[in-house]
Amino acid sequence: MTFAGEAALVAGKDLRIEARARVVTAQVLPFAGIVVLLFAFALDPRRNVLPTLAPGLFWVAVLLSSLLAVSRSFAIESEHGGRDGLRLAGLDGGAIFLGKAAAIGLQLLLLEVVLLVAVFALYDVEVHGLVVIVPAALVATAGIAAAGTVYGVLAAGLRVRETLVPVLVLPAVAPVLLGATRAFELALAGELGGAWRWTSLLAVFAALYTMLGVLTFGPLLEEA
Amino acid sequence: MTPNTPTPNTLTPNTVKPVARLRASWLGALTLLSLATTALFALLIAPADSVQGDAARLLYLHVPAAWLAYLAFFVTAVASALYLWPRTRRSAWDQLAGASAEVGVLCTGLTLFVGSVWGRPIWGTWWEWEARLTTTAILFFLYVGYGALRRIGGPGSERRNAIAALIAFVDVPVVHFSVSWWTTLHQEGSVFNDRMEVQIDDPLMSLTLWLAVASFTLFYAWCCVLRMRLFELEAGRAERDLANAIEQRIASRAVPMGTG
Repeated sequence: MTFAGEAALVAGKDLRIEARARVVTAQVLPFAGIVVLLFAFALDPRRNVLPTLAPGLFWVAVLLSSLLAVSRSFAIESEHGGRDGLRLAGLDGGAIFLGKAAAIGLQLLLLEVVLLVAVFALYDVEVHGLVVIVPAALVATAGIAAAGTVYGVLAAGLRVRETLVPVLVLPAVAPVLLGATRAFELALAGELGGAWRWTSLLAVFAALYTMLGVLTFGPLLEEA
Repeated sequence: MTPNTPTPNTLTPNTVKPVARLRASWLGALTLLSLATTALFALLIAPADSVQGDAARLLYLHVPAAWLAYLAFFVTAVASALYLWPRTRRSAWDQLAGASAEVGVLCTGLTLFVGSVWGRPIWGTWWEWEARLTTTAILFFLYVGYGALRRIGGPGSERRNAIAALIAFVDVPVVHFSVSWWTTLHQEGSVFNDRMEVQIDDPLMSLTLWLAVASFTLFYAWCCVLRMRLFELEAGRAERDLANAIEQRIASRAVPMGTG
């Protein structure tokens, strides 16, 4: 089986489990929704700033949700000897990484679509520059998924996984929050050139963590 | 000696080589001496800054701490790489990486704290969203996370730690680049200008600064040596406990068998 085939196999497995268990749709998505509402409550006296802050609040909600998605992705491997199964399956470590990251990325993209509609509606944002917003969201999500998967496997198999993942992932993905927020802000303001520059930074981040993940996932899975 | 005398205690903690201990104590003495000299120069001998007054003396703590933070994280990355390289794989590299990262986190925290205390009278604010400050803050949390991962230990933890350290180190330039891009594009009325930077043209001031950097580097080395020794003792503890338990069990069985 080819490298891409192996990755697709792992992604398919994770997505199939999700389609049956519906943890992301039944738990992570409502979580992101309530976070968006809570931001509005926190900023209530200055509700007029919500349209300006919408990009940042949106990406903070996505980042928080991604922590749950990453934890979930490795929780499904901890049951019924899933990790042993993965190790013994004879699949390339890099392919397993790409598969798991792709599954997390796809789930996050679905979440972002719903969340974006909610944010645009609730925070009263005028939509402009979708031509940059869509690619920026794609590469930002790839970066979050790749970094989340790398740190997820670092913490996999440890009793303190749930508390360790956030403290590892959030500082590492700080550049994504900065880049994606600026890209969205500039795109909404019609400054597409600046938005593309931030999108390229997001692409570099995604490429870096994808490379790190492909190189290190195999050895890390062995130790998990 | 009667046969049921307890076996000699194998828990004696002096498993560290005497030569290494002696070297560490010389290093400690030298560190304390140079820190005392630095304090003398920084607080009394060096003149106050013409613009900032005595607040500038905080830089004799701030600059070495910042330098050591970056040095420590660099050493952590190099030691981790040496651990991962099969030919140089030794537990000592893992211990050095851990020790260095702990001192690094301490220095990063100190840098932020002292910088903040200095910023209050000089800039009129505790915190400024400036590139170096923000990068250092993220770095602090990045390595606090690495420290949390190290604390877990267990089988296979050395390789996991080494990979985590390298990933964190690779992340640093990206963080720095994105943060500096962010601050240069969004800076309103910068407080960073030539007037606010300390002008160290007084020879006594620059001597004090170099002395501070040197003595804090010694301090870093001493802390690393002590921490590595502690790691070694921690690693040996489980083994010694087991050996002790086995000997006690043998001794307790030997008594009834011998008398009965």
